[in-house]
Amino acid sequence: MQIYLPIAEVSVNAFLLLGLGGMVGVLSGMFGVGGGFLMTPLLFFIGIPPAVAVATEANQIVASSFSGVLAHLRRKTVDLKMGTVLLVGGLIGAALGVWVFNYLKSLGQVDLLVKLCYVVFLGIIGALMFVESLNAIRKTRSGSAPKRKKHNWIHGLPFKMRFRTSGLYISVIPPVIVGILVGILAAIMGVGGGFIMVPAMIYLLGMPTKVVVGTSLFQIIFVTGFTTLLHATTNYTVDMVLAVLLLIGGVVGAQIGTVIGAKLKAEQLRILLAIMVLAVCGKLALDLLIQPSELFSIGTAGGH
Amino acid sequence: MRGLLLILLLLATPLKAEEVVLGLSRDQVSISTNFDGSEVIIYGAIKREVPIPQNEPIQVIVTISGPQAPITVRRKDRVLGIWVNTDAMDVSAAPSFYAISTSAPWQQVLNEADDLRHNVSIPRRIRSIGAWSQVANPQEFIDALVRIRMANGLYVLDEGAVDLRESTLFNTAIQMPANLTEGEYATRVFLTRGGKVVSKYETSIEVRKVGLERWLYNLSRQQPLVYGLLSLAIAIAAGWGASAAFRLMRSG
Repeated sequence: MQIYLPIAEVSVNAFLLLGLGGMVGVLSGMFGVGGGFLMTPLLFFIGIPPAVAVATEANQIVASSFSGVLAHLRRKTVDLKMGTVLLVGGLIGAALGVWVFNYLKSLGQVDLLVKLCYVVFLGIIGALMFVESLNAIRKTRSGSAPKRKKHNWIHGLPFKMRFRTSGLYISVIPPVIVGILVGILAAIMGVGGGFIMVPAMIYLLGMPTKVVVGTSLFQIIFVTGFTTLLHATTNYTVDMVLAVLLLIGGVVGAQIGTVIGAKLKAEQLRILLAIMVLAVCGKLALDLLIQPSELFSIGTAGGH
Repeated sequence: MRGLLLILLLLATPLKAEEVVLGLSRDQVSISTNFDGSEVIIYGAIKREVPIPQNEPIQVIVTISGPQAPITVRRKDRVLGIWVNTDAMDVSAAPSFYAISTSAPWQQVLNEADDLRHNVSIPRRIRSIGAWSQVANPQEFIDALVRIRMANGLYVLDEGAVDLRESTLFNTAIQMPANLTEGEYATRVFLTRGGKVVSKYETSIEVRKVGLERWLYNLSRQQPLVYGLLSLAIAIAAGWGASAAFRLMRSG
């Protein structure tokens, strides 16, 4: 069934969009990532103009994250306090990120920078997570209990706060800094930032994996909601018909994903996310390295 | 009496050897939610006050052109081992859609001079003033633009698609793709003899969104904040709805 999208001005298959939304929704519920880093390139591929794809994707992430967060709230795996602290940092970071983005745009080659950002960050995060979770799986197999609570320099910082759900008593400075950094990257790369936020919470803040997913989703809702409004009012690129089709698939997928996620072990969850991140990274790297079949491309006027 | 009226009518119209009388299967294309392309049938007759000239056969060219818009064509090149956009050329105006149907192979229907005068062929419809200052070989960029849009079915040259009978009646069907943009689609019919345009007729087909498509598009442009908030509200409602539905399913 073909559906004409009013803002994108293209006609696409409705079932294809529902399927894509569902698939990304499952991943979103499982790993606490918004799925933007997967969905946006997929939308480019089926012929949605890039500006519309990025803006509409933000809107869809709001829906799937909200659906996911409700499921996590029922299981009490959302650290609202930590989420709020991260969000404060995230909004500051997003504002900084928009500023950096516009500055780079004036220098040119912003497209390339975004792609390189993807390759570098996805590569580093994916590789680190893969190695770490592989080690964790080996350790649990050999029987030795993994060391969870590590005392390091982070615990020496002032403004300590108790995060009951995460079982942490740490300074608010590291979470705010993590929030800011993720916010900057999210704004530049045009995604919710879950795939950076999740590993940062696990490895930098030492939060338990089960809480990380819900908390990440909680913070993503606000960041992407803000992004959606910004795109709708400045670029008019949010396509509601496209968003509705994606999010119907997305919200259903997110519920299924949460159920699957609850059944898997933390290490397995992390290794799957690592493999997925590495796969996307590899695909993007190949695009940059292999000679494209068509060297020319057509874009809207203005901006080189 | 009736005969006299007809003669008077014929005398009143300016005397031209051959002229087009045109019909369109539709003069408006409505883009609704389930729009997936449209076919426009263009038919007509050649009206004459003189006997059919026998020197060279008459030929027909039908064109439909979407709204003109400025675009940028970019070229990738290898820099430090990776493929990046290096050169860009601004095209001041290119039609979003352009279809040509002719009654015979291109070489027989139109000569270079008349193509230049009436901007009929695909490359002639693309205006690229000032492009020479941006890149060394603009023709390569224009060729690429035509190649990409032809591959997408947006630019079409269909030689021999106009069915011409008795040098008088003609008809053709032009397929308009699903990814149309809104606007006035200029429709032109040329009559040529020996590659020269002897008569020209112009009209337009209006392509516009209707119903929900129209409403959403207008809202997004006129009330962007309302549109954005509505998008968010739908997202939140859908997220909550799915969550509630799953809880019911699992408890029930």
